[in-house]
Amino acid sequence: MIKDITIGQFFPGQSPIHKLDPRVKIILTFVFIVIIFFAKTYLGYALIFAYIALAMWLSEVPIRYILRGLKPLLFIIVLTFFINVFFTPGNKVLFQVWVLKFTQEGLRQGVFMALRLILLVIGTSLLTLTTSPISLTDGIERLLQPLQVVRFPAHELAMMMTIALRFIPTLLEETDKIMKAQMARGADFESGNLFQRAKALVPLLVPLFISAFRRADELAMAMESRCYRGGKNRTRMKVLKAARRDYLAVAVTLLLVVGILLDSYVL
Amino acid sequence: MEPIIRLQDVQFEYLSFEGEEIAALNGVTLDIQKGEFVVIIGHNGSGKSTLAKHLNALLRPSSGVVWIKGMDTRDEDKLWEIRQTAGMVFQNPDNQLVATVVEEDVAFGPENLGLPPEEIQRRVAEALKAVGMQEYAQAAPHYLSGGQKQRVAIAGILAMKPEIIVLDEPTAMLDPVGRREVMETVKYLNKHEGITVVHITHYMEEAVDADRVIVMEQGKIVLQGTPQEVFSQVEVLKEIGLDVPQVTELAYRLRAEGLDVPLNVLKVEEMVDAICRL
Repeated sequence: MIKDITIGQFFPGQSPIHKLDPRVKIILTFVFIVIIFFAKTYLGYALIFAYIALAMWLSEVPIRYILRGLKPLLFIIVLTFFINVFFTPGNKVLFQVWVLKFTQEGLRQGVFMALRLILLVIGTSLLTLTTSPISLTDGIERLLQPLQVVRFPAHELAMMMTIALRFIPTLLEETDKIMKAQMARGADFESGNLFQRAKALVPLLVPLFISAFRRADELAMAMESRCYRGGKNRTRMKVLKAARRDYLAVAVTLLLVVGILLDSYVL
Repeated sequence: MEPIIRLQDVQFEYLSFEGEEIAALNGVTLDIQKGEFVVIIGHNGSGKSTLAKHLNALLRPSSGVVWIKGMDTRDEDKLWEIRQTAGMVFQNPDNQLVATVVEEDVAFGPENLGLPPEEIQRRVAEALKAVGMQEYAQAAPHYLSGGQKQRVAIAGILAMKPEIIVLDEPTAMLDPVGRREVMETVKYLNKHEGITVVHITHYMEEAVDADRVIVMEQGKIVLQGTPQEVFSQVEVLKEIGLDVPQVTELAYRLRAEGLDVPLNVLKVEEMVDAICRL
C-alpha cells in the first residue's frame, strides 16, 4: 500500500539510544560528524569505530538496516577511494600501472576518506533510525528556539515540518486515488518517452494541487478554531528533560573528542 | 437563565466569484440553552454551515449580533475565549488533524491555551477516554478509520473543555459504522458531560434524538421545534426538498391511503406501536 511508505527511516524501539533526548542526539551527531574530520591516525579511526559500534549495539537496530544506507553511496565511496589512492602525491611506490602510481600515502589517504564517508552515513542514519520524525522536529524546534531573539521563525519552521509529515501519507493516498480515477478514464502514465510521461502527469498534478490548497484552507480554519495563534504563549504537552542517560552520552562523546584530539595533535 | 448561544437578527453577506453580493444568512434569530442538543438541517447553500462558523467567531455577522455565553463575537479581545467556549468539528476528518500522533493532536488545543504540561497530559487522557480512543493514543492518524479520526477531532476539542460543541456535518464523509460511532459519542457528551451540542447534518435520522430541530432554507429558519413537531410537517419539508426519516415517510404514505396513523412517529418501535393499535 502506498500509505505504508515511511518517511525518513525510523525504526521504532525502546532502546537507550531511542530514549535519548532528541536535542542531545542531534548535537552529538553533529559533534560526531565534525570529529570524524579530525581523526588522522588508524588509532583515531579505531576509537571512532568503537564509539559508533557501541551506539549501534545499544540502539538494538539490526545491522543490515544501518548498513542499508550505505548501498546507494557505494559507488561514491569506491570512487573516492580510488581517486585518493591514485592522486595523492607520495614517494613510497608500492606498484605502478601505466602512469597510475599506487603509493603508501595514497592508500592511507584513500582508506581514510572511504572510512570517513562510511562513518558519516552510519552516524546520521543512526540518528534518523532511532528518532521519530516528531521528536526530531521537536528537538530541532527547541534547539533553534534561542534564535527567536533574532526573529528566526523556529516555531513556524517546526510547525511546517510537522504538518508536512502529517500530510505526506494523506497526499500519497490521494495521488493513488486520482491516478486510478484517471487510468479508469484511459490515462496512460506508463508508456511513451520521458516527455510524454511528464505530460501525462499534468492531469494528475492539477487536481492534486487544487485539493492540497483546499486542505490547507480547511486546516488553517480548524487550527484557528482550536485557538492557534502562532508560537506565542504556547506550551507543550511533552517537556524535554535531559536525564542521566543524556549526560552519560555527552560524557562518552566528550571522551571520544578528547581522545581524537590528543591522538591527532599531541601524540 | 441566559441562553448560552444567542443570535439576534444575524445577516451575513459575502461576495461571490462574480462579485455579486450573496446573503448566506438572512435575519437569523435564535436562542440555545445550556445543555441543549440542537440539530440544524437544510440542504447545501441553506446557510447552515455559515451559521455554524458564526458560533465560534470564524465569521462575524454583517449586521446583527451573536453572543456566546454573553460574549459578543465582534469583540476581538474575547476571540480566543469564545473559540475555547465553542469548539468546532469540521466535515473532513483528514483536514483538521494537525499532528502525526493522535495524542499530540489532542494536545494541540490545550497547548495553544498555554496550559502547564501536567494539565495537558491529564486533559488529553480524559478526552481520549471520553471518546473511547484511549488505546489509540500513540497511533498515527492516517491508520485510523474515518469515524475514529472524527472522534479524535472531537477529543481535540474536548481537551479544551468547551461548553458548546458545534459539529459542521461531521458525518457527511463517513460510512454508516463511522456515522454511528460519531453520533453515539456526541450524544454521550451531551447527556453525561452536559455539553451543549449544535449538530449540523443532512441525515434526517440524526435529528430524531435531538431536543430541538431547526430547518434552514435560503439563510432563514423556516421551521423549528421538537423532532415530532418538525417532522410531522411532511408537506413543508418536501416542498423545500428535504427528506423526512423513513418511518415518518411511511406514516405519511399510510395516512395518504386512509389509515389512521399519527404523523409524529420517528422510530421503528413507535411505528410498530402505532400499527398494532389500528
